[in-house]
Amino acid sequence: MRKGHLENRREFLTGCLAGAAALACGDGLLQAEAMRPQPREAKSKVVVAHDALLRRSGAGVDPARALALLDRAMQALCAESEPAGCWRKIVRPGQRVAIKVNTLGGRGLSTNVQLVDALCERLQSAGVRAQDIVIFDRDTAEMEHTGFRIRTGGNQVQCFGTDRVGYEDSLSRFGSVGSRVSKILTRQCDVLINVPVLKDHDGAGITAALKNMYGVIHNPNKCHPNGCNPYVADVNMLTEIRSRARLHICDATTACYEGGPGFKPQFAWHENALLVSADPVALDHTAWQMIERKRAEKGLSTLEADGRPPRYIATAADAAHRLGTNDPRRMDLSEVRVA
Amino acid sequence: MQPIDRRSFLLCAASAGMVGSIRCLAGSPAAWPAAASPDDSRYRREAQFYQKLANRKIKCKLCPRECIVGDKERGYCGVRENRGGTYYTLVHSRVCAAHIDPIEKKPLFHYLPGTLAFSVATAGCNVDCKFCQNWDISQSRPEQVPANYLPPQTIAALAAQNHCPTIAYTYSEPAVFSEFLMDTADAGHQAGIRSVAISNGYLQDEALRAAYGKMDAVKIDLKAFSQGFYRDVVGGELKPVLDSLVTLRKMNKWTEIVYLVVPTLNDGDQEFRSLAGWIRTNLGGEVPLHFTQFHPDYLLRNLPITPVSTLERAKAIAEGEGLHYVYIGNVPGHPGQHTYCPRCRKVLVARTGFEVRQMLIRKGGCPFCGQRIPGVWHS
Repeated sequence: MRKGHLENRREFLTGCLAGAAALACGDGLLQAEAMRPQPREAKSKVVVAHDALLRRSGAGVDPARALALLDRAMQALCAESEPAGCWRKIVRPGQRVAIKVNTLGGRGLSTNVQLVDALCERLQSAGVRAQDIVIFDRDTAEMEHTGFRIRTGGNQVQCFGTDRVGYEDSLSRFGSVGSRVSKILTRQCDVLINVPVLKDHDGAGITAALKNMYGVIHNPNKCHPNGCNPYVADVNMLTEIRSRARLHICDATTACYEGGPGFKPQFAWHENALLVSADPVALDHTAWQMIERKRAEKGLSTLEADGRPPRYIATAADAAHRLGTNDPRRMDLSEVRVA
Repeated sequence: MQPIDRRSFLLCAASAGMVGSIRCLAGSPAAWPAAASPDDSRYRREAQFYQKLANRKIKCKLCPRECIVGDKERGYCGVRENRGGTYYTLVHSRVCAAHIDPIEKKPLFHYLPGTLAFSVATAGCNVDCKFCQNWDISQSRPEQVPANYLPPQTIAALAAQNHCPTIAYTYSEPAVFSEFLMDTADAGHQAGIRSVAISNGYLQDEALRAAYGKMDAVKIDLKAFSQGFYRDVVGGELKPVLDSLVTLRKMNKWTEIVYLVVPTLNDGDQEFRSLAGWIRTNLGGEVPLHFTQFHPDYLLRNLPITPVSTLERAKAIAEGEGLHYVYIGNVPGHPGQHTYCPRCRKVLVARTGFEVRQMLIRKGGCPFCGQRIPGVWHS
């Protein structure tokens, strides 16, 4: 069957409406720029921000330094001198923002709570109401186990898993994928901010921005064959995801170079970094190179030699997907540090 | 469905109530999330067919897919999870569908005609057929569908109370809940209740022998007779299914085959001919073969319903290849639903839809000419 084939009139109309909605809510913002065909000279910006002092002498991440690291990364991405200016490019007051974290790895290897707190603080500074922000992943218990405080109702940031509200009954389709999408995304979100973790993945090669979207569909188990290719790219093409995804902040405060996606302390390292981009493909390509460098440093073979190169990254960039670029010549990679 | 007793009614009502409450929440975007789901430990058992690997990985040995599953991840079926290097089924006694069906609905035509089957399913499947009629449970994870705790003894008791001589494991793929299936079959047999599996046959040999060795009959969905169809439409492989059919034959297990005819994808004359020839050669001419009508659903909604003429053509080809019991399914009232004596051609079992209107087979044979009719018949 043809990829992305629309089955009937109803689906066609639904697709048109969704597309119109995506354009309407995204004008002038980062994601809208990322979604349009890029002129030949345009480059996707990826910022890698480090802070060697992110952790205080063996303790967890320092909240103040997490905020400073986020600010540094965003200012470099948006070319703004103040954090407020950055966030005004991402969200507007009145919008509902969903933050997709990754908590599969448990306490050792999940999206950092202090980082998400910093993100929520900046979103509110930009005029987004606390109750219009929802931090979510697939499973509430996993989130709680990781250190997220579950919050539902009231004038506060919301925090719970899709298991609390379920998935849409109808299927969303692109290419090889037919999935039901989280109702958090479809019913409580205008803007999606993706906050994955930098990890090795035993099947896909690596997992960062693109693969984190497996956490918003009901059947990720059906999308793992063949190194998750083309499934990762296809999932990211689902209208519900593509029309909302605006910013990707990959948490590399702790990362793993082998044995992922579960946490195995012997393969984890403190990179104390964030990777930030509006282009998930460029971000994933950069993330892949970081993992390859760490594997080489540890004397491990490349993912290609290990039989699991992340081919889905190239698929996400191909003509059928155009989710971003995997060509380093079309990336503007910037490395910054917090003093 | 048949009328059921008070206890069964209450079970169903509880289940329906659960569905209702979830649907109610789902319908209101403003609704706040429900409380956390209860602990699922009562549904969890260590899986039977797997191998432990290094770094807390496992290799599943249930089906030919042989998923290598890392810690905290699940296999392709979505109902088996690696927790710290031990593989668990999450669906033991976790019944998401329970109905009382005519055995003809499975379909099993040469197995206790006119009787009822207490039919159960859990979530999950080890393939992803683009035409699945039950995708809402087969392609879901167990926590995504409402379910009741129905342990094996309860199912056996419910079957007996509702005058069902058989428990059928059906709707989704019973291979993925094989531990539950085996325990329930044992409980059923202790209560004098038989068991049948309605399966895609995509299992490894050891699992097949262990699980379906406890069955009194098996129906296998042979989705096509081409590897291309299995790869593109099913997400599986043809050869292991054919191997399963041969193994079931060697086990002397009563088996019937269903072939869903999907327009343009598996409806060619040569494919029908190859299929029938393979069955005759490897299983014998007495294996019932059901050509059933496709209805658009799930991810194949762009194809039309199978024309009856196509089913009739398939039946004629299969009979021409030497198969004696070829049926047409999902076409109520079609004469291709009846069982005919292969020698005298008289109607022995007359059916309309799932209803048996006439059952003339006596002592496993034709009352008119004495021809033996293979199957599992009333004693």
